[in-house]
Amino acid sequence: MSTFWTTRRRDVLTGYLFITPAVAGSVVFVLVPLVLVLWYSLHEWNVLADTFDFVGADNYRALAADPNLPSVLRATALFSFGLVVLNLTLALLLAVLLNQKLRGTTVFRVLFFSPVVVSLLAWTIVWGFLLQDNGGVNSLLHGPNWLRSGGTAMTAVIVVQVFKNVGLNMVLFLAALQGVPHELYEAARTDGASAWTVFRRITLPLISPTILLTSIITVVGSLQVFAQISVLTQGGPGTSTTVLVYYLYQQAFQFHAFGYGSTLSVLLFLIVLALTLLQWQMRKRWVFHES
Amino acid sequence: MRLIAGIATVALLGALTACAGDDSGDGGPITLRMTTWSANPAHVELFTAIADEYKQTHPDVSVTFDALPIDNYTTTLTTQIAGGNTPDLAWILESAAPDFVSSGALVPLGDAVEKPAELVPAATALWQRDGTLMAYPFSTSPFGVFVNTDLLKAAGQSLPTGAAWTWDSAIAVAGATAAKTGKQGLVVRDFDYKDWTNLATVFGGWGAEAWSADGKTCGFDQPAMAAAMDFLHKATFTAKAMPAPGTSADFFAGESAMTITQISRASLLKDAKFGWTLVPLPAGPNGDYSVIGQAGLGVLKKGKHADAATGFLSFFTSEANSAKLAAFFPPPRKPQLTAATLAKSNPLLKPAQLQDVVIDGIATGVVKPSHTGNAEISQAVRAALDPMWRPGADVPAVLSGVCAAIQPLLSK
Repeated sequence: MSTFWTTRRRDVLTGYLFITPAVAGSVVFVLVPLVLVLWYSLHEWNVLADTFDFVGADNYRALAADPNLPSVLRATALFSFGLVVLNLTLALLLAVLLNQKLRGTTVFRVLFFSPVVVSLLAWTIVWGFLLQDNGGVNSLLHGPNWLRSGGTAMTAVIVVQVFKNVGLNMVLFLAALQGVPHELYEAARTDGASAWTVFRRITLPLISPTILLTSIITVVGSLQVFAQISVLTQGGPGTSTTVLVYYLYQQAFQFHAFGYGSTLSVLLFLIVLALTLLQWQMRKRWVFHES
Repeated sequence: MRLIAGIATVALLGALTACAGDDSGDGGPITLRMTTWSANPAHVELFTAIADEYKQTHPDVSVTFDALPIDNYTTTLTTQIAGGNTPDLAWILESAAPDFVSSGALVPLGDAVEKPAELVPAATALWQRDGTLMAYPFSTSPFGVFVNTDLLKAAGQSLPTGAAWTWDSAIAVAGATAAKTGKQGLVVRDFDYKDWTNLATVFGGWGAEAWSADGKTCGFDQPAMAAAMDFLHKATFTAKAMPAPGTSADFFAGESAMTITQISRASLLKDAKFGWTLVPLPAGPNGDYSVIGQAGLGVLKKGKHADAATGFLSFFTSEANSAKLAAFFPPPRKPQLTAATLAKSNPLLKPAQLQDVVIDGIATGVVKPSHTGNAEISQAVRAALDPMWRPGADVPAVLSGVCAAIQPLLSK
């Protein structure tokens, strides 16, 4: 063929062709929407009236003055904090227990992991029935009206979500635990270290990269919770479970305020970004090593 | 090399947009899309039959019916509009009517509706803008009370009739039946402590309104509303005649003695394993009243074929087709609102029930509350009402809280 197509050029073209689908995917489904959301957030967009007017920073001013925002941010923080603490603690506890060489641990591993592969909606809808006042949970516990009283609704949503995803973190922890070299444990035992000391001085530091990873995944995931809220409480009672994503959905899709909804998603983006950067910085302090 | 990557990206984007291609263009065959919230095969069959008949005189126009889930109907519809995938015609829920009618999203129907003088004023009120009809109220469905007569009998109760059929006696019977049978008493269907607009079927009996007729003043802190809500609260938590929050009970599965819902739900009783009857809403302290739910059909301005869509709407809502649609949807046309006509299409209901609940209901009915910016206001009311749904709640304080929450939205 022509001299233009040297081997090098051909290789480069092949390379680009290979990455094109992935790049195109990111551009179309991540970058373009990201830029568009920024653009929309500077407009007042009424879908029904078909108006799309540039309003500059008006939406951001409205955001600062939004009387609902403090309670929404409080609910979001409460949900994330509760979820991360409960999920990571339970996942680590389960992983340590199931890391013992005992009969039947495989059965339990499967049992705890199976909710992860269940459809989120199906899981949530079933829990919605179970948590009704006359539902399955109360026929055993005679507890409060879980999803309808302000004090318990958030807890109920958190617990439903923890049970759904704790298996994933458990498996990650399990893998990390099994990667801890045995000779370290043997050495510690020879030195007469207690089980707690072994866990604190050897296990925890060596699995710290996994703790960091799971906490990032869980925090980011917790900020995106939507289906659970939508199915279980619709943000209620009152606004006690109206987290940021649900509020954003209400503003954009139910109240037709797409511009203000976009402004809220910019806020969400900044929060996720800040938290991820913060956790990434913290790894230098408390993550023992990175391989 | 950046150029090649750029070209590849552009080509891919182009291909993606081309996928969303349309069949616009002058003169060629066009396909109209109408969004509905009914996937009921009997409904779809009737719509398709009407569209097929239209095609005989308009061979270039086909119509597809796109059934969206009713739970998120308005949300899905507005998202489609926002995404540039606007349907040509759409059913509109009464709750969204003020937003659609006032925003200019709909094509004014003007002369498109055949014999407009036949339309009952109570049916069209919600769908007019400056005296012009913006959507055709194809379904005007009154609320009534379905009663499980077997459960009442089992509890040794009898259904009060005539002047004795009041809210007090209804709750007494419902409470006694619930206590004796272990089932629920009276269920305001679809309320479920979320969609409070269904409570209009109760507080209407006290003459209470969510807001003033001009939509500017909150009505929740008025004495009539306070009395109605106090009654509801006592009926739920003291008399235990209505299910408390978080308790589900489906009348149509035999789980409650009574339910308030639209008469179109009678079709759910086709294979009922219990005896039932349908009666009008009980009289409240303010006397007899009725409440109607509505659905309109409109042409969207942003649709690609607004003119053709208006033509089809004209045909779909004609006198003849309105009579066919009456099989499922109570029509807004006065001459068709006779017990005899409706009986043909509603074999499950007796002529007397049709007269009492449907025909009288439509003539005097108040449409469920709606407002421009309805979703936001409804949500604010729901959140502010939540503290009321527990024993011992301070009802007047909660109601003034509702007004504090929605007054700024009403005056917008």
